[in-house]
Amino acid sequence: MAGLDRRFVGWGASVFVLVLAILGPLALLGKFTTLEFSYVWAFAIAIIGLNLVIGFCGQISLGNSAFMAVGGYCTAIMALRLGWSPLATIPVAAGLATIGGILLGIPALKLKGLYLGVATFALAFSVPSVIRHFDAFTGGSQGIFITGAGKDPFGLVNSGQLTSEQWLYYLGLVLLVAFFLFTRALLRSDVGRAMRAVRDGETVAQAHGVNLTYYKTLAFALSALMAGVAGSLDAMATSYVGPDSFDVTVALALLVGAAVGGLGTMVGPIPGALFYVWVPLYAQQIYKGRPDIAYGVFLILLMYFMPQGAVGGFFRMVGLRDRIRQRLVAAPEPAAGGTAQTTLSSRGLAPPRVDDPVSGKK
Amino acid sequence: MATELLLAASFQGLIQQIAFGLATGGLFASLALALVLIYRAMETINFAQGEMATFTTFIAFTLFTSLKLPYWLVFPITIALAMVLGVLVERVVIRPVERAPVLTLVLVTIGLFSIFNGVTGLIWGYVVRPFPSPLPTSPILLGGVGISYQDLGLIGVSTIVLVLVWLFFTRTQLGLMMRSAALYPEMSRLLGVRVGWMLALGWGLAAGVGAVSGMLVAPITVLDPNMMGAILLYSFTAAVLGGLDSPVGAVVGGLVVGVLLALVGTYIPHAEDLRVAFGFLVIILVLVFKPGGLFGQAQVERV
Repeated sequence: MAGLDRRFVGWGASVFVLVLAILGPLALLGKFTTLEFSYVWAFAIAIIGLNLVIGFCGQISLGNSAFMAVGGYCTAIMALRLGWSPLATIPVAAGLATIGGILLGIPALKLKGLYLGVATFALAFSVPSVIRHFDAFTGGSQGIFITGAGKDPFGLVNSGQLTSEQWLYYLGLVLLVAFFLFTRALLRSDVGRAMRAVRDGETVAQAHGVNLTYYKTLAFALSALMAGVAGSLDAMATSYVGPDSFDVTVALALLVGAAVGGLGTMVGPIPGALFYVWVPLYAQQIYKGRPDIAYGVFLILLMYFMPQGAVGGFFRMVGLRDRIRQRLVAAPEPAAGGTAQTTLSSRGLAPPRVDDPVSGKK
Repeated sequence: MATELLLAASFQGLIQQIAFGLATGGLFASLALALVLIYRAMETINFAQGEMATFTTFIAFTLFTSLKLPYWLVFPITIALAMVLGVLVERVVIRPVERAPVLTLVLVTIGLFSIFNGVTGLIWGYVVRPFPSPLPTSPILLGGVGISYQDLGLIGVSTIVLVLVWLFFTRTQLGLMMRSAALYPEMSRLLGVRVGWMLALGWGLAAGVGAVSGMLVAPITVLDPNMMGAILLYSFTAAVLGGLDSPVGAVVGGLVVGVLLALVGTYIPHAEDLRVAFGFLVIILVLVFKPGGLFGQAQVERV
């Protein structure tokens, strides 16, 4: 019963949020907020991709800002040099980013855990200097201004039916919903199970016939694809790309967003993206600083108290209440100790400090 | 005749570049050493090592400008303060997640990276400042190769730091206790070693070594909150090249990376900007073809 109820509530909430999101720019949101939300959608797509590779496939990939750069620059360069409509550049951006993801996936297959983290962090670091180096192509330090970034090829903006903010908003929303549904279906299929098996233990997964090469490459490719699309949307919303548009701060912000939403949860990326867009604004108001400090503090606090993310933690609390209720009904006696323990560990306080009894070392 | 002269000149130039490279390599070596110290203590990488070094270098800057202390006094005071900072960070921030999965630890140190970078910017601002050097930049000639006192100092200081660290870990009781705490925590605890504090001391030591690297870097680049960004990347490269668990590897790796970068900058046209990407490339190549690095042991996974 409880499961059915929750599913119903979940569907109801999703439909409500979606209707709100569709009506928002028409009824509630001003020009500025509408544009801000188009950043939220873009980053939600990027975070879904990051969540896929880190949260579901267990690969510490810190360099997805590089694929956002590929997407963003692809859109900017094609719009400027070839006069393409920004919308038409999105598939190209996605394709190029996917190729990048596969190229990174090849060495990444051999790297585990920490080492992959170091390598991808280095990738995120080298993006701005590479962009500056190829200045004939990328506009160097000056970057590229994209004229007509907020215009659609169907003439809706030109004829005044939509403002350019609204066009970017709906474009991002449609893509977000599409990627959300796609990822959800993927993760519920055998592909998702295989990826989770890779995350939970590569050797075991391999012993059960999971093709590590295939699933890791797939996770990298898909996550790069989504990052590329997000970069393209970000470039359109800003009407500009520069070497520092996709620097380490962006890589960090993606991570924080994924952690806020909860690594390995499906709905997490959306609140994570909201966090990404609004924390810098508040950080500016509170201490007139860049968002770095707030990002760092949130990241660490989340790792302490809600390793599964704010959203994951919330759902677990809801689920926990159901479980306690069930136990109370079914077997009140032995439940006490068990629930107490779940409560403690589910609050994520200090992972159990158990040393390896044999050598104490991995 | 002319070609012979040219050859001789280019050979001289090559040696010159190698000398420059060794000097910059000294910078990477000391920060890489700090990374290795933490890796040996708890098998993680402190992504915030560079930013902590920047923070302590700014403290040194304040000691110079506000208190007008002389260099020989500022240097040890800063190292001591950095060690306290390292211990504090371990006790307060790292301790709750000491034995958490790698991903959690990585994310926490990335959080620290962000915090230290932001706090440094908040306190001292994003204005670039000059930082004094105890040694003159005037060159001396060694066998036809010009090298500045400052560059010699860089190589000298990183060598001295390595020797001190080595002596500490092999010749002192505390050093031995720290090694045993890292390798056999349970047995060490039974023998009365306070394992948690040993980890904290490891962080303190690493922060101290990092502070040295920060004070070496600042006179060469300029002092600003992001000065260690690229240096951290090259130090990652150095540590990975030498083997993440080998202190000697870190120093050798640092020097090799320094020389490689100098050669890339000189002999590949317009490659100045690509040096960071070159670091990334070296990391990938080393990890794919020799995952243990030059001196380290390859990672072994236990099921």
